[in-house]
Amino acid sequence: MQARVDELLHKPLVVVNVGLAQFAQSLEQQQVEVVQVDWVPPAGGDKAMAELLDQLL
Amino acid sequence: MARGFVIRKNQYFDSVFLMGVSKRIAGVKGVRQNAVLMGSEANKKLLADIGVEDARIDAAQPNDLIVAVIADRQETVDEVLANLDAYLQAGVASSTAARPHSFEEGLAQKPQANLAVISVPGEYAAQEARKALRAGLHVFLFSDNVTIDDELALKRLAAEKGLLLMGPDCGTSLIGGVGIGFANAVRRGPVGAIGAAGTGLQEFTSQVHHAGSGISHAVGTGSHDLSDHIGGLTTLMALDALEADPQTKVIALISKPPGAQTLARLAERLRRCTKPVVGCFLGAEQEIDAGPNFRRARLIDEAVELAVTQVTGRPHSAAAAFAPEQMAAGERDAAARDPRQRYVRGLFAGGTFCYQAQQVFRDAGLEVHSNTPLDPRFRLADPDHSVGHTFVDMGDDRYTVGRPHPMIDGTVRRQRILAEGRDPETAVLLLDFVLGYNASPDPVGELLGAIVEAKQWAQEHEGALTVVASVCGTDGDPQGLDRQMRALEENGVIVFRSSAQAARFASALVE
Repeated sequence: MQARVDELLHKPLVVVNVGLAQFAQSLEQQQVEVVQVDWVPPAGGDKAMAELLDQLL
Repeated sequence: MARGFVIRKNQYFDSVFLMGVSKRIAGVKGVRQNAVLMGSEANKKLLADIGVEDARIDAAQPNDLIVAVIADRQETVDEVLANLDAYLQAGVASSTAARPHSFEEGLAQKPQANLAVISVPGEYAAQEARKALRAGLHVFLFSDNVTIDDELALKRLAAEKGLLLMGPDCGTSLIGGVGIGFANAVRRGPVGAIGAAGTGLQEFTSQVHHAGSGISHAVGTGSHDLSDHIGGLTTLMALDALEADPQTKVIALISKPPGAQTLARLAERLRRCTKPVVGCFLGAEQEIDAGPNFRRARLIDEAVELAVTQVTGRPHSAAAAFAPEQMAAGERDAAARDPRQRYVRGLFAGGTFCYQAQQVFRDAGLEVHSNTPLDPRFRLADPDHSVGHTFVDMGDDRYTVGRPHPMIDGTVRRQRILAEGRDPETAVLLLDFVLGYNASPDPVGELLGAIVEAKQWAQEHEGALTVVASVCGTDGDPQGLDRQMRALEENGVIVFRSSAQAARFASALVE
């Protein structure tokens, strides 16, 4: 189990950034490999529908 | 006053982007107020507060953009709203590749990813974090307003999978030299750190850098991790990892007081730790028996001293004496004050700085009122109204729901500086400035006009206002530490690189 955290500390970071685009830009400035997810609220912002979809998928 | 609004269905933008659009609109001549936000329930309330109400706004969804403008003339309102695309496009980063819109699509583009950084609105954050953990990624969860039950469930899932969940409400981490979230440009070195307090961790890592040493890794845990409900799940995992990390020679723990059961559990773990550990639990008074490898620090500066002394073998002292010119400036103001000017008003962007300053004042025998009080007896009845010595954490939910954090946007703090400056009882303003990745590009510049105005107002009313500030950051930060400090000094502000030192200086001015 410990091994996975050790790996995080010692391998180069590869990041999926979900949310604020600025966070991805600051990681890129630090030469980190990052993919920016332009997140939108699931199910058009309908929370109940989003939870239902989450359970189904 | 003229007002108007538009709703754009299914156009979602993040809060920092929206702040940029709002600032551009605020710059238009004749615009008094504007709101650029997504149609969440909390945001609709904010619109109602400024008198913008309509059935179409009530029906808007969280992924609908709402832009409201209040101006002197109807023509101005109409002109801004008609040209909205121009204001929106000015902030869109040019990108050629089609960008993913979900975590799954993102991971498909980078299947080798090992960390998810999540900063979506709190109500959706747990769901995104769960997806990332299930996919085997470590998570940095910046979002706050995640329920404590969701946090516990996520941390249990992370622990089960051997993954690190930093957060929720995690402001900063430095992993292998990379700053995530709000972080400073800090050199690498032998000091490891774990922090439940975001700005506390920024202060600690920056001070270690100033002392000539460096950071192996600094792991943010989120502000609730050491509560008894969570039991320090992330802190304990981080401790295991830093104990095993060959580069880390000493480990520092920075947080507000842990829950009693969690503290006992932590102490038991620390007694078995093979590396030296420095613990700084701001505001905690209870004894901690954590074995011979454990040293206790009362303030962040002391934690830096103990950690750096440990790794260099040379005694390091962070707390320099006050400079003679700083003392002279303080005395000059004191002599010019109106007798009613008796109190310090602290307006903080960093929650940890607000907390630590209260401890400094308590140690000096001074009572401080706050919206985040060290002593519950001194909770402010109305956080917008100062009483005696008052320290306000302006990053508290009250000031940040639907608005950017004061580390990104100085608007709310600027207004409060002016208000405190006009209070005849204010003798000293105590401020903090936080530099680093993702903070405002010019934190000092945003507030300088208000500081100068407040000082002038006091002068014109036969008084003197002393402004004391700390700047947290390093010489490598994009805002330029020297530049920021100089701008303050040139405008008569007494500046320190340590928040504890600034608080100590302010307390000495009113003792």
